[in-house]
Amino acid sequence: MADEDILGKNAGKGHIPTVIADGLHIVYRVNGAKTGKGSATAALSRIVKRGSDDAARGVRKVHAVKGVTFTAYRGEAIGLIGSNGSGKSTLLRAIAGLLPAEKGKVFTDGQPSLLGVNAALMNDLTGERNVILGGLAMGMSREQIRERYQEIVDFSGINEKGDFITLPMRTYSSGMAARLRFSIAAAKDHDVLMIDEALATGDRKFQKRSEARIRELRKEAGTVFLVSHNNKSIRDTCDRVLWLERGELRMDGPTAEVLKEYEKFTGK
Amino acid sequence: MTARPSPDEGLSPADLATKYGLTVSGARPGLFEYVSQLWGRRHFILAFSQAKLTAQYSQAKLGQLWQVATPLLNAAVYYLIFGLILHASRGMSMDVYIPFLVTGVFVFTFTQSSVMAGVRAISGNLGLVRALHFPRASLPISFALQQLQQLLFSMIVLFIVAIGFGSYPGMSWLLIIPVLALQFLFNTGLALIMARMGSKTPDLAQLMPFVMRTWMYASGVMFSIPIMLADKPAWVADLLQWNPAAIYMDLMRFALIDGYDSGNLPPHVWAVAAGWSVLVAVGGFVYFWKAEERYGRG
Repeated sequence: MADEDILGKNAGKGHIPTVIADGLHIVYRVNGAKTGKGSATAALSRIVKRGSDDAARGVRKVHAVKGVTFTAYRGEAIGLIGSNGSGKSTLLRAIAGLLPAEKGKVFTDGQPSLLGVNAALMNDLTGERNVILGGLAMGMSREQIRERYQEIVDFSGINEKGDFITLPMRTYSSGMAARLRFSIAAAKDHDVLMIDEALATGDRKFQKRSEARIRELRKEAGTVFLVSHNNKSIRDTCDRVLWLERGELRMDGPTAEVLKEYEKFTGK
Repeated sequence: MTARPSPDEGLSPADLATKYGLTVSGARPGLFEYVSQLWGRRHFILAFSQAKLTAQYSQAKLGQLWQVATPLLNAAVYYLIFGLILHASRGMSMDVYIPFLVTGVFVFTFTQSSVMAGVRAISGNLGLVRALHFPRASLPISFALQQLQQLLFSMIVLFIVAIGFGSYPGMSWLLIIPVLALQFLFNTGLALIMARMGSKTPDLAQLMPFVMRTWMYASGVMFSIPIMLADKPAWVADLLQWNPAAIYMDLMRFALIDGYDSGNLPPHVWAVAAGWSVLVAVGGFVYFWKAEERYGRG
């Protein structure tokens, strides 16, 4: 292989790309949001106009990510910042391959995963069964779950105040449920890990514990993406920051530089 | 781009990806790769279907007892209307008709609820699809599996009804297993097809109940097709009898009910039953897989 010596030189830290986004566009389609009228006649006129394009039929397009290009390398911790609705979460989902791209491509090394398991859990089931279901949904094997089960329950601290893990999750307080969800989600090791917003919920004690766990996960993962509105946690954890605004990549660079501009922009 | 000097400078993103062996995120795997991924998720599929089943009645005081009580009440309502009021039992004694009716209702409900669950399998679980990775076919298959487990509870009621009306367990009851297996395959295929269509057009959830009801009345759930249509052209009855729902119902009745002999079955019935299930299962699976990378869009 002709590339061998180049690869050899770059095998050191920070030069092996793990995620490449190439001119990425993401578009959401929302049914029946054109006029804001939900009446039957409005819906009927939409169907009658079927032959025409999306806009005339009342399907509204939301262009959430517009032509983002970047390369992430192994060992990097990348922060994603931007105001609400700037496309941060959408970008994460597209990197994970969960949202299909309208245009452009995302290349990844292995399977990036979002930290979060909420959607797979069911409120009517006991905490115990949710641990198993959530683990399976994340792709863990039954043995792995059995090994980690006690660890997950202990970490969540659900059983500190009695045997709550055998009660349905709908009986939990919102804080308890959030703690269990985080504990399940954080039980798996990931290669490319993406963390969205304020995952560390619960009381102060649990927040500290989950922040420590995120740091641990980060160490094990190859590349980390962190979406947060907390500039301090970005500064603490990330060495590179992507700033998204209205779906466009506004700035990409070292944390201190980008955060300085961002703080100027938000008027802090 | 970062300011690092690198020999990779000047490479286009696509070339860089090729060089380091990166693959397109969320690309659709090949058909065989997809099947093996799905097999790897078999525990999730089973656990998800059982969780759905349990969650269904978890708030009710009688709890899981409703798994059996619901089909029993269903059978009672149909008996009241079609057996006592409309006398749809033409050509059958009551001993045959009651198990005939109950079998029909349960077997058809199995297909009906698989279709309805299939329509919502993706569109109703978009949050899950947009959060976690797994072969999307896990969802419709899991819902079909949930309906199979539900039917197994109904079978308890069915056995009681059959025995109560003088059909005792015999060798022919073993035929229930292949019939259920074939119908499950058929239902899974149908659920996969409906899942893909429903992900594009959620309106199907509103439309399908009417389609399913028409199908039910056309499949001879409450009456015998050859007897009821005796004065119509023969091809109408043939057509109705060859439809998969009627085939699976007839086979189940033949297996269970002593007074329902093979004279009631159309010719080559097993071949047709197997043909329908393989055709729909394989076709539905391929059809669903073709859109695998697009389900997240909603």
